[in-house]
This record gives sequence, C-alpha cells and structure tokens, in this order.
Amino acid sequence: MIGFLIRRIGQALIVLVIVTIIVLALVHLFPGGPVKALLGPRATPQQLAYYTQLYGFDKPFYEQYIKWVGQMLQGNLGYSDKLNQSVTSLIGQDLPKTIVLVLLGTIVSLLLGIPLGVYQAVRRYSIGDYVLTGISFLGYATPTFFFGLLLVDWFAVRTHIFPPFAPNSSSVLTILGDPRALVLPVVAYAFLLFALWSRYMRSSVMDNLVQDYVRTARAKGASERQVIWGHVFRNSLVSIVTLLGLSLPTLVAGAIFIEVVFNYPGMGLAFYNAAEQVDYQVLLGFTVLATAATVVGNLLADIGYAMLDPRVRY
Amino acid sequence: MANVTVSADELAQLGAPPAKKRRGLVRRSWDVFAENRLALVGLGFIVFIVLFCFLGPVFYQTNQSTTDLINTMCPPSGGHLLGCNELGYDQLGRLMAGGQTSIEVGLAAALVAVSFGTLYGAISGFFGGVVDAVMMRVVDAGLSLPSLMVLIIAAVIFHPSPVVMIFAIAVFYWFAVARLVRGETLTLRTREYVQAVKVVGGSKLRSVIRHVLPNAIGTIIVQATFAVADSILTLSGLGFLGLGVSAPATDWGSMLSGGLNYLQGSDPWWLIYPPGILIILTCISFNFIGDALRDAFETRLQRR
Repeated sequence: MIGFLIRRIGQALIVLVIVTIIVLALVHLFPGGPVKALLGPRATPQQLAYYTQLYGFDKPFYEQYIKWVGQMLQGNLGYSDKLNQSVTSLIGQDLPKTIVLVLLGTIVSLLLGIPLGVYQAVRRYSIGDYVLTGISFLGYATPTFFFGLLLVDWFAVRTHIFPPFAPNSSSVLTILGDPRALVLPVVAYAFLLFALWSRYMRSSVMDNLVQDYVRTARAKGASERQVIWGHVFRNSLVSIVTLLGLSLPTLVAGAIFIEVVFNYPGMGLAFYNAAEQVDYQVLLGFTVLATAATVVGNLLADIGYAMLDPRVRY
Repeated sequence: MANVTVSADELAQLGAPPAKKRRGLVRRSWDVFAENRLALVGLGFIVFIVLFCFLGPVFYQTNQSTTDLINTMCPPSGGHLLGCNELGYDQLGRLMAGGQTSIEVGLAAALVAVSFGTLYGAISGFFGGVVDAVMMRVVDAGLSLPSLMVLIIAAVIFHPSPVVMIFAIAVFYWFAVARLVRGETLTLRTREYVQAVKVVGGSKLRSVIRHVLPNAIGTIIVQATFAVADSILTLSGLGFLGLGVSAPATDWGSMLSGGLNYLQGSDPWWLIYPPGILIILTCISFNFIGDALRDAFETRLQRR
C-alpha cells in the first residue's frame, strides 16, 4: 500500500508539472504576447519593453517557469490589473459560491441518479426503464446552456415561479439566504450529471447481477432486497467513487455554463468575464487551480478505489 | 466397426455449418445494426439533416451575408418561414448555414481526434515499457486539463475560424481515444497472430498497422461516432459563450448566444427552440448510431 501511494503520488506530481508547463506556454501565445494583452493595443514600444523586463518575460522559459511556480507555491496566483484585485482574493471571494452550486447539484443528481439506475437495472426493459433511458439520452445530447435557457423561459419568464437570476452578491451567505433563486441553477446542473450516474449505475448493477457471488447469496437464501442492496449495490457504489473523481473536468465545465446562463456570481462567471477582457492573470490562475483540483481528485479517487476494493493489486 | 455413412442432410442436422449461411462480416454487422430501430431512425435523421443543411439553400435561397435591419425579429411569415433574428437574417436559412458549420466541424474534429488518438494509443500500447509510461503521462496531463477553460483561453488567443475550432476541439478529444485504443492494443498484442508476425520477422510498426489496428477498428468506429456528437456539443457551447466562429458565419450554438436577451419581451420562440432542438436531435442520432454499432461489433465477436 505504501509503495502504491508513493508511486501514484509521484505520477500525479509529474502530471502537474506537465500541465503547468502547458498553461504557462499558453501565455506566450496571446496576440502580441502577454504584455501587449495587458497594456492594450495602443502601448508604445518603450512601455512594452519596460513591462516585459519588469515581469521577466525576456528571461528564458525555464527561469520564468521556476519563478512562476515558486510564486504559486507561496499562494500568489497573480494580480488582475483589470479588477485591481489579486487572483487569490478573487478566488477566495468566488470559490465558496461555486462550491455551493457544484456540491448541491452533485448531491441532488447522485440522490436521483443512483437509486434510479439501480431500479433500471433490476426492472430492465420495463416501461420505466425505457422512459429513464430516454431521459438520460436527452441528458447526454442537451447542451447545458440550452437546458438552462429552457428553465428560465418556462419557470421565470412565463410563469414567474422562480427568479431568473441568482442574487448578484459578493457573499456566500446572501446566496444561501435566497434558496428560491438557487433552485433553477441547481436543477439545470443536476440534470447534466443525472444521465452520467444513472447510466453508469444501470450497467454496473447489470454486470454485477450475473456474478458468482450473487448466485451464492441467492443460494444461501438471501432475499432479493438483501441481494440488491446488501451485495450488488455496495459493489457498484465503489465504481461511482472513481467516476466522481474522473468527472471533475465535467463538473468544472458545467459550472461555467450554468453560472453564465443564470448570472450566478461564482468562479465560472468570473472566468468568462476575464476571457472577454483578456485578463490573462485571472485566466491562468483559475485554470491552474482547476487543473490541480482535477489531479488531486483523480489521485483521491484512485486511492479510495484501492482502499474500497480489496481486489485491486498495488 | 460398421461402416457408417452420413449424408449431407444429416451432417447439417448435427450442427455442421451450412456453407451458404456464411455471409460477409459487413453484412452480418449491418443486420445487427438494422435490428436496432432507434439506430435506423438516427441514421435517417442524419441523412435528412445533412440534405437540409447542404441542399436546402439551393431550394430556399436567403441572404446570409448582409444584415437586414428593416426585418429584425420579424415573426414567421410567407417570406420568412421561421422569421428573422435580431439582425434580420432569415432564421430558416441561418439554421442551414449554421448546421453546415456545426456538422463540418463536428465530423472533422472527430476524424482528426480519432485518427491521431488511435495512432498514439496503438504505439504506446504496443511498445509498452518506458515509451508507454512517458506517453501515458502526457495523456494523463491532457485529461486533467479543464478542457472548456483552455478552449475559452484558446478562443481568446486565436481568431476562431472553423479550421481553428476543428483543431482546438480535436486537441482535447484525442486523449480519451488514445487511452482507449492503448487498452485495446494491450490485449491484442498478446494474441498469437500478432506474436506470429514477430516470429516471421515483421517490424513492430507493421504489426501495429496491419494486425492490431484492424482488429480494434470496432472500438475505434464506435468512439468516432460519439466523438462527432461530443464535438458538435462542444462547438455549440463555445458558440453560446460568444467564442465560436465569427459573423457573418454562424453555427447552431452561436445562434443561441444572445438567447437570454430574447427571452424578455415579445417571446420570439423561433430564435431559441429551432437551433436548440436541432443540436439535441443531431447529437441523440449520433449517440443512437454509436450504441447500435457497439452492439453490432460485439455480436460479430460473439458469433465468431
């Protein structure tokens, strides 16, 4: 187990190094270079030269990389000149709100998707199974933003049941203080994920139902309920843990669309606004943070899987 | 022992394979595919939508290059069957033009991603060892990049034209294909017929291209079908965020980019529902086809 941990953490570190190199290389691809993106098109050559030297963009790439990584390790993710705010404080302000959205959406989708996936596998080829299969096919093919637009159209514009936008506030407490405004974003977000969990759970339970241990359990006189929930369900749940870890990029992307559609003031909306203003420090800082979260998520999922499933060999 | 003569009829009854029932591989796979009603509906819809987008403009001619500010937001009528958008473009004609971009970019991105990913995964899996370890760490890194965020950055950096979009989307899709094909290659390379190439003195490249890849072709085609649907979705997402192809060109996602603004006021349903529904139906069709193909290829393996 210790050897496995060391090897797996080593892999994760290598991946992090590769990814940060790619992200830093992106900076140099900005039209006219990073300094021009910062100063705008009317900057004089003298200004460009001055700021290029000031920020160290004239140094060799590896020196820039080491300096940049060093700063990040000290918690300095850059400074947004457009917002006049450090990227770290921007994250501190917006991340809690995004976490509220992602967490609520994920929990709702898991609570719906897992039991319904089990139901589909047990009652496969029934009408209920076909209906749910149809819904999850729709879930796979519907763009998140379009579903969000439909919800706004139906429940906010036409019927005024829910407000169309989340409260535009800088504090997470205001967001939580208006739960009605959270309903539509959370529902839209959960629909995106529901298809993923229920399809996965359905095939996983179906695979497990033909395993030898199920026949053994039945032969020993276990009731159908014990077989499903005591044996099959627990085995299928293990793989959901891995899927959850691997789905982090999907979760991040989903959050961006939902936040833009509902004007929800989280990291996704801030990232989108930064893209419109070519605020590259924010773009880089957020991307590095999301990537690091994904790498750590994958690592935890792997370790969790190894601990939950004794058949995994290290 | 007594002489026992067995007639051909009896042989057939005993279960020996009748010669005429052995049909071609493509034919058998098609049979399984055709049994799947949903897949046929999907295939039919794809044929329809391709004709609609590419031949439609011949019969329904509209001006899709200059704005027409007199007719902004006009409701559906005899002259404009689906009305006009906020710049006076005919909406039905725009659906055709946008569909061309969406389908072309979707197909091309899938082709680029699957070709490159396949080659990369096959090489990595076949050579194994250090080569495999290094190549797969690159794939791991790629899979942990939040693709949408980097695509947004890429759209800021490059002027988004259809060609740029094709490669931008493909760059993020090939990682998953590479990992899948690598897994397939790992199991295939231990098979006897691949080992035999080595014994006869064939090069490694030859065994990958001539023996491993043709046997992984089922997995690859299925993956390519899903890749088309995913690429169309990704393109529509970027279009919605205002980062798709630039006007006057458009795609189905870009047609929805001002969607929220339309929702207030005069309720112009023709601006929101048609492009959204076309995206959904096209992606569902490709997913149906991909599912049926997976069944078709698996059955082929079982019947062998």
